[in-house]
Amino acid sequence: MALLRSIAISSNKTITLAPSARALTTTTLPPLPYSYDALEPVISGEIMMLHHQKHHQTYVTNYNSALELLHTAMDKGDVSAVVGLQSAVKFNGGGHINHSIFWKNLRPVNAGGGEPPHKKLGWQIDTDFGSFNALISKMNAEGAALQGSGWVWLAFDKELKRLKVETTANQDPLVTKGATLVPLLGIDVWEHAYYLQYKNVKLEYLKNIWKVINWEYAGEVYEKEAQ
Amino acid sequence: MVLQLVMAPNWCGCGVASANSTKISTNAFKMSSNRFNFSKPYPGRAYRVTAYYSLTTPPYELDALEPYMSKRTVEIHWGKHHNEHVERLNKHLKTSAFYGHTLEEMVKATYNNGSPLVEFNDSSSVWSHDFFWESMQPNGGSMPKGGVLDQIEKDFGTFTNFKDEFTFAALSIFGPGWVWLYLKKNERKLAVAPTQNAISPLVWGDIPIIGLDMWEHAYYLDYKDDRSAYVNNFLDHLVSWHSVMVRMMRAEAFVNLGKPKIPVA
Repeated sequence: MALLRSIAISSNKTITLAPSARALTTTTLPPLPYSYDALEPVISGEIMMLHHQKHHQTYVTNYNSALELLHTAMDKGDVSAVVGLQSAVKFNGGGHINHSIFWKNLRPVNAGGGEPPHKKLGWQIDTDFGSFNALISKMNAEGAALQGSGWVWLAFDKELKRLKVETTANQDPLVTKGATLVPLLGIDVWEHAYYLQYKNVKLEYLKNIWKVINWEYAGEVYEKEAQ
Repeated sequence: MVLQLVMAPNWCGCGVASANSTKISTNAFKMSSNRFNFSKPYPGRAYRVTAYYSLTTPPYELDALEPYMSKRTVEIHWGKHHNEHVERLNKHLKTSAFYGHTLEEMVKATYNNGSPLVEFNDSSSVWSHDFFWESMQPNGGSMPKGGVLDQIEKDFGTFTNFKDEFTFAALSIFGPGWVWLYLKKNERKLAVAPTQNAISPLVWGDIPIIGLDMWEHAYYLDYKDDRSAYVNNFLDHLVSWHSVMVRMMRAEAFVNLGKPKIPVA
């Protein structure tokens, strides 16, 4: 779309710009890198299907709607509307960001899911947590203790050059806990992520999910940031 | 000695519809050997009675809300989630400064004007879940009558407007929360509001009249992600207008609603 601009310069040096008709970049649902039932029996195909096709899709759809409304509000200079839309943008945009990472964090067992990290990430985990098992226990404990909905993260702090376990509420992305934090792994602890299969036993879900965690992806992200 | 006191729900539905869990005052009382003939391990030592909260039972069988809310859901929601809050609350109370408060007092006090204390989440969840079970009944839904209907039409225009507003609010919540029909004490009108996590209108001083749990565990087994079907079925088939009437009657004691129109049961 062409950028429309009209400039009128009067003797009082007033510059008027017509509202821009810039392109709005909406987002789309990323495909799942494996089939819906590929993570069974750890996460059922039914959950994966609902999670991806319903929940994640809804975040994408609602983010795009919020973006359109935001675009209109910005063009009109409607400050109240712009501010009012922030929570919808944060919630739905955050949901899209978080789930996009989550699908990459998971991997079928027969493709290497669950294999512990080696090389640099493995060594960093031992340094920062004592052992791989200590990290797992810590993440499970924090995930289980989280009241309400949210995510538990293995984060890499770019500035301090160390790993950290963090939690965020609802769909807040990891950066809301620190601008220098990079997500290596995120585990969705919203009830929709496990309820049909594990019911209220969130801890069982957390203990089991490590069997399908994609440590290779986490290692790649870590090595890129740790340079 | 720990006493567990359970006040059984009033089965005619015409009693107090607020939280049934209550507490016994902590009293240190002396066992006088003149008046009692107990064999005491430590003669003359005072015994302290303490009491904690327990899980109140919904005023209907666990399968009574089918097919709109399955027995499975009620069993897990009540027996696991609600129960867990009760147990965690009691654990806090063993060392909490708020031991001895009524549940409603504790919710208000521990909300602490938006910086909630550690007891808030569990005390508010216990209160809200007690309130939730009592907001429903088998063969509920349809229309309220008499004074309740009049008040709703006065404050929302039409009954359909109320339902639409309630549904919209329920679906607008980001993350876990509740949706309420509540009475604004100062304005003396009914209103609808969504809340996040465990918050209820108690924290801002108003009177809850209907509470609907919008946490995923409340509907996921029965409705998956279809929240609007859950809310519609609640309004059309589960909500107890009888409870609403009782709560409005009780609210009259705190709020002068003008010429009483609500029919006495």
